[in-house]
Amino acid sequence: MLAAAIAGLMAVALAVVFFRAGSSRLGAADWAAVRFSATQAAVSALASVALAIPVARALARRRFAGRAGLIAALGAPFLLPVVVAVLGLLAIFGRAGVLNSGLAALGLPQVGIYGFHGVVLAHVFLNMPLAVRMILHGWQGVPAERVRLAQSLGLGPGGVFRHIEVPMLRGVVPGALLAVFLICLTSFAVVLILGGGPRATTVELAIWQAVRFDFDLSRAAMLAAVQFGLCAAAVLLAARWTAPAALGAGLDRPLALPAPGGWRRMADGLVIFVAALFLALPVAVLVVWGVSDLADLPAGVWNAAATSVALALVVAGLTALAVVALASAVARGGGLARMVEAAGMLPMAASSLVLGIGLFLMLHPFVAPSRLALPVTALVNTLMALPFALRLVLPAWRAAELTQGRLADSLGLVGWARFRLAVLPRIRRPLGMAVGLAAALAMGDLGVIALFASDQGVTLPLQVWRLMGAYRTDQAEAAALLLMGLSFAVFILFDSWGRRGADT
Amino acid sequence: MGLTLEKLALEQGTFRLEADWTVPQAARVAVIGPSGAGKSTLLAAIAGFHPPASGRILWAGADITQLPPGDRPLSVLFQDGNLFPHLTVAQNLGLGLSPRLRLTQAQREAVAGVLAQVGLGDKAERKPAALSGGEQSRVALARVLLRARPLLLLDEPFAALGPALKAQMLDLVDRIAGQTGATVLMVTHDPEDARRLCPLTVVVADGTAAAPTATGPVLDDPPPALRAYLRG
Repeated sequence: MLAAAIAGLMAVALAVVFFRAGSSRLGAADWAAVRFSATQAAVSALASVALAIPVARALARRRFAGRAGLIAALGAPFLLPVVVAVLGLLAIFGRAGVLNSGLAALGLPQVGIYGFHGVVLAHVFLNMPLAVRMILHGWQGVPAERVRLAQSLGLGPGGVFRHIEVPMLRGVVPGALLAVFLICLTSFAVVLILGGGPRATTVELAIWQAVRFDFDLSRAAMLAAVQFGLCAAAVLLAARWTAPAALGAGLDRPLALPAPGGWRRMADGLVIFVAALFLALPVAVLVVWGVSDLADLPAGVWNAAATSVALALVVAGLTALAVVALASAVARGGGLARMVEAAGMLPMAASSLVLGIGLFLMLHPFVAPSRLALPVTALVNTLMALPFALRLVLPAWRAAELTQGRLADSLGLVGWARFRLAVLPRIRRPLGMAVGLAAALAMGDLGVIALFASDQGVTLPLQVWRLMGAYRTDQAEAAALLLMGLSFAVFILFDSWGRRGADT
Repeated sequence: MGLTLEKLALEQGTFRLEADWTVPQAARVAVIGPSGAGKSTLLAAIAGFHPPASGRILWAGADITQLPPGDRPLSVLFQDGNLFPHLTVAQNLGLGLSPRLRLTQAQREAVAGVLAQVGLGDKAERKPAALSGGEQSRVALARVLLRARPLLLLDEPFAALGPALKAQMLDLVDRIAGQTGATVLMVTHDPEDARRLCPLTVVVADGTAAAPTATGPVLDDPPPALRAYLRG
């Protein structure tokens, strides 16, 4: 039933989009947005993956203190609110940032961060860790027997590369490229801050501009239809390469890969060091600069923080309910199960602004959009969380039914008792992680909310963005620090709930 | 009148198994036959996990063919996975009395009582992983005792135990079945198990589960399909 509701809601939202889009045509500026979206996403994906390969290789074949911690930390950018990441990058690469201050002191010309290369830089910062984890997974999936065979045949690093690593990469890299491409294609907040203007506008941003600046709803609908087409094509392409789950833990296995010495050892160390520095520095600078202003934050920021926490908790609750309802229908199997699973995966093809504009078009004749900002943001964030939440929870649920389903049947365990006693203990860990991710992403979301919000019901990411726009950088950094802390806190809250009850 | 299989036919792909007979109440029946002949499928159908293609299953004259597994008048033990690994021994037993695990004081005492009977009185708060294989089997059997259903299906639950432990478990089954007056159907690969516990034997071979006959004679002079399986 819930699956039908989700599918129905999305279908209506999309239908409204396509209906409204019918009366409009794409202008030159819109085509430029399509081109820019695709180009920046492609370049971001290529750059992220190209940089991720040496990092993943170095991590795969070296063992050092803090390695496990570093790999775990690679999951953090996924939780990091985009506006926080961009602010951190601005602190390093911005006009008044660390890099330009250094260049100015040396009498060298400044580097700019706005426009195409800034967007790509931010996307690499946000997605390279994801690519590293996916590719590292591939490296760790290389069978130990094949490595032993290579060693017994006396293959050097070149031979290992040709006969083991290239075939492995051929399997893993397309999935990583498409994953990053898809994320960047629907990127909004990065482009909102670092892009803009006729030469650096994505479709996602153009939708927002059409609504907020021109209030041209049929053009917004047209753009949303185009965006949906682009995403659906990318998702269909991605479905052909089923990417390995890159979020899971447990990436430590006995060293199987040969770890060549000499200059290669130095190079691996350097690669890991530079990558860690690139990822840690923007956040570290933000922490150092932001912490001193934390006490002086205006009341509006604290109110926004309270709103965002409430939003995150509501999304957590909705996601938990939806994923449990969908997974129970899917795990029971049968003809309906496939349709339910498909309904849960459907939001992958829609970006959050596409869903947002659909809901906006549905609702704005009846209610003032600004009053709906928070409910719609909660709804859209829940929908967007469902695909990965299902991917995390379903395997554990299926395993529980497979190994203990008959036992539960024979004891007459049904309904809520069956869920509480037989299923929940087995899925608690992935469920906690999925709900934590959904809550953290909702906490940091700067997307739909920007489409709807007026002055009331402002969330913390929106507040950070407005402080940046008002050039109150110190306050923006302090608020961003607060946002980052809260995002990690809600994730840890739910994730540790999952771990605490999980049985080993 | 105990368990009746009335013109029962089970299908799975091209596989087909037929049975048409009655087992008297409180009987002990060994189910024996070559691998893949359908012994487990037969038990799964009686337990309610495999809907029959045709025919009926009756207990004491009442049709139970359509009942869900938990509502059937029986307990079943599988080859493995008879305990929830995330629940304690006491909770696993409690599930036998209340699927919602809301136990009255009397039920809690009953749980403690059967645990003491199987010699695990001090392990109530352990999780299954902290028990040996033999102890896990005893917990599962204690739950059978607790539920006291009139029919007990055993699908080789002791196959992973060594000979001495398995003998102990069969003695325990004997005691529990005696105590509860249960009818027992036991799948086994070992003719000695059959001789030890079961006066009757059902031979499953060539698409048929034959009517139960006396165990001694059928093992001494087995039909051709069973002979090939027993003697090679």
